[in-house]
Amino acid sequence: MTTVEFEPWDDPQEKPLIHFQNVTKRFGSFVAIDNLTIDIYEREFYALLGPSGCGKTTLMRMLAGFETPTEGNIMLAGQDIVPVPPNKRATNMMFQSYALFPHLSIWENIAFGLKREGMPKPDINNRVEEMLRLTRLEKFAKRKPHQISGGQRQRVALARSLAKAPKLLLLDEPLGALDKKLRQETQFELMDIQEKTGTTFVIVTHDQEEAMTVASRVAVMDHGKIIQVATPDRIYETPNSVYVADFIGDVNIIQGTTTANGEDSYSVAWADGQAPLTASSNQPFSDGQKCHLAIRPEKIAISADKPEEAANAVQGKVLDIAYLGNISTYHVELPTGVVIKAQAANTRRISRRSYTWEDTVWLSWTATAGVLLAS
Amino acid sequence: MRRFFLIATPYTWLLLLFLVPFAIVVKISLSDTALAIPPYVPKFSWDEGIGAYFSQLDFENFVFLTEDDLYWKAYLSSFKIATISTLLTLLVGYPIAYGMARSAPEWRPTLMMLVILPFWTSFLIRVYAWMGILSNEGYLNQLLLWTGVIDTPLTILNTNTAVYIGIVYTYLPFMILPIYSALERLDESLIEAAEDLGCSRLSAFWLVTIPLSKTGIIAGCFLVFIPALGEFVIPSLLGGSNSLMIGKVLWEEFFSNRDWPVASAVAVILLLILVIPIVLFQRNQQKEQEAEQ
Ligand SMILES: Nc1ncnc2c1ncn2[C@@H]1O[C@H](COP(=O)(O)OP(=O)(O)OP(=O)(O)O)[C@@H](O)[C@H]1O
Ligand SMILES: [Mg+2]
Repeated sequence: MTTVEFEPWDDPQEKPLIHFQNVTKRFGSFVAIDNLTIDIYEREFYALLGPSGCGKTTLMRMLAGFETPTEGNIMLAGQDIVPVPPNKRATNMMFQSYALFPHLSIWENIAFGLKREGMPKPDINNRVEEMLRLTRLEKFAKRKPHQISGGQRQRVALARSLAKAPKLLLLDEPLGALDKKLRQETQFELMDIQEKTGTTFVIVTHDQEEAMTVASRVAVMDHGKIIQVATPDRIYETPNSVYVADFIGDVNIIQGTTTANGEDSYSVAWADGQAPLTASSNQPFSDGQKCHLAIRPEKIAISADKPEEAANAVQGKVLDIAYLGNISTYHVELPTGVVIKAQAANTRRISRRSYTWEDTVWLSWTATAGVLLAS
Repeated sequence: MRRFFLIATPYTWLLLLFLVPFAIVVKISLSDTALAIPPYVPKFSWDEGIGAYFSQLDFENFVFLTEDDLYWKAYLSSFKIATISTLLTLLVGYPIAYGMARSAPEWRPTLMMLVILPFWTSFLIRVYAWMGILSNEGYLNQLLLWTGVIDTPLTILNTNTAVYIGIVYTYLPFMILPIYSALERLDESLIEAAEDLGCSRLSAFWLVTIPLSKTGIIAGCFLVFIPALGEFVIPSLLGGSNSLMIGKVLWEEFFSNRDWPVASAVAVILLLILVIPIVLFQRNQQKEQEAEQ
């Protein structure tokens, strides 16, 4: 089986479906979106991630047409959509609150958008039935929204926004209210729907795991700015800033100064009296430049004796052990007072693990395990 | 026992304040008029006994109501006036309620206050004030003459138009408040969702706002229609002799003709007519409560 790489953002020939050009949105003097320029491509699953109040919903509402940018342009398929009212846009939004019409049945809710299009009756019937099947809601078609459960309501909202087969579907925290199992199920359902319908999805989420699971690309936002846009693995493996590294997953940050010691290789002086660390980076760093070395806990090996081959090895004392079932996180305090987290798989039973509190251990990692980030 | 009292209290209330007076009115409506105090016979006396007493009651007055076309014309005209003025009140009240519900939250208590404020003045004085405004030499005509819109004063007072104005003005708060409370609960994102799914502003209003404020509209209409149907003060002060309403007929039977039995018969029929909208109103309120749960 061969999988075709889906990377339209790397293809200069490809035209983006959505193009934000220097978009700024102010509420009074408050800047909610700050000079933002992004491209979203057709068939993408674009996840917006960021702390509360960073402007994710505002961005979505601008795409749906409920807010107009204070400055800048938004293009959809090459057309400036800022003057286009929401009802004339080929986008549909699934509201975080679902916004189901309480006076209409589930069936009528899903048919609502189709009727406005003036679709012939038999076609509406077929389409609604199809949506009901897709979201497994056939049994509830006749009920009113207040007669079904929260998770079912969420699926109605999804079915309703999907029914018109929009070019672009906006999902604002669509799975926030679901329990973990239902959320995972629905995530896969979403990806499945996306594969079947070829719709472009923009999804807002607070849950970074969700973003990693469903997204073709993840955009990390802060204070109305996009900090980094990349595929989930690149966001995780090669964050472009301490902020992104810290926001996505667990990370150890070590401050130091760089000195080049080979091609794309740097030695990092990080503490007096400690051997410098070695890290490779294809970003250039000048000698004596301040930097941060970001290393994921699972990339750090833990051992009782000093490993011979390792590019980097530091000694420390086990401060704390967090048992997470399949893995354990060891908090190791270095002599400098810095605490480093290292993860190891629990291959043995907990009572027989090799290290315990107050043990002296060695932490080691390769030169490519960490990412060098400029301050 | 406690349960018994809980249930007994409202029923005792209903019995004392509604059923007993109503029974008295029904009894008078079945009696004959007489030159006496009170002006009707029979009066119950222990000597003749209960059988003789009941044998003197008959439906003569009700038959009389069907013979003189004044009465059914008055009922019909009241019905027409009440219906038209209810619709007018809705037409005026809905936009006001909508505006209030859409205004900034910090303004709403003030606006609500302004709607209720007229109740602080006596109803009678407010209706008299309208006489001053609507009469031939009144403020409205003075203003229109002064601005040159008209050359001769309009005759508004003592016409049905004045009655409509009076009813709309008086009962407007009863229309606004239930509609406002329905609209205030309406979630703004529903309108956005409707627009997102292809509705224009106007069709979103028809398809979402109106259906979701339906219970408020119905409640408001009944709260205006029911008292307007039996209204007496407004047609007699503003409508003069030109407007025919059953409330006025009732008053004249009681106080001008001193024909209590006929007046009572008119009242009984009016009440029977009102029972239908009152029951419908109760249904509506019940449905609303169920919807809220
Ligand atoms: N209508 C408005 N008037 C004034 N400020 C607003 C308005 N809408 C949003 N804001 C502000 O803009 C900022 C961004 O809001 P937004 O709703 O986009 O945040 P968000 O990223 O979606 O947050 P969350 O994750 O909590 O939903 C917030 O600080 C918010 O207070
Ligand atoms: Mg939000």
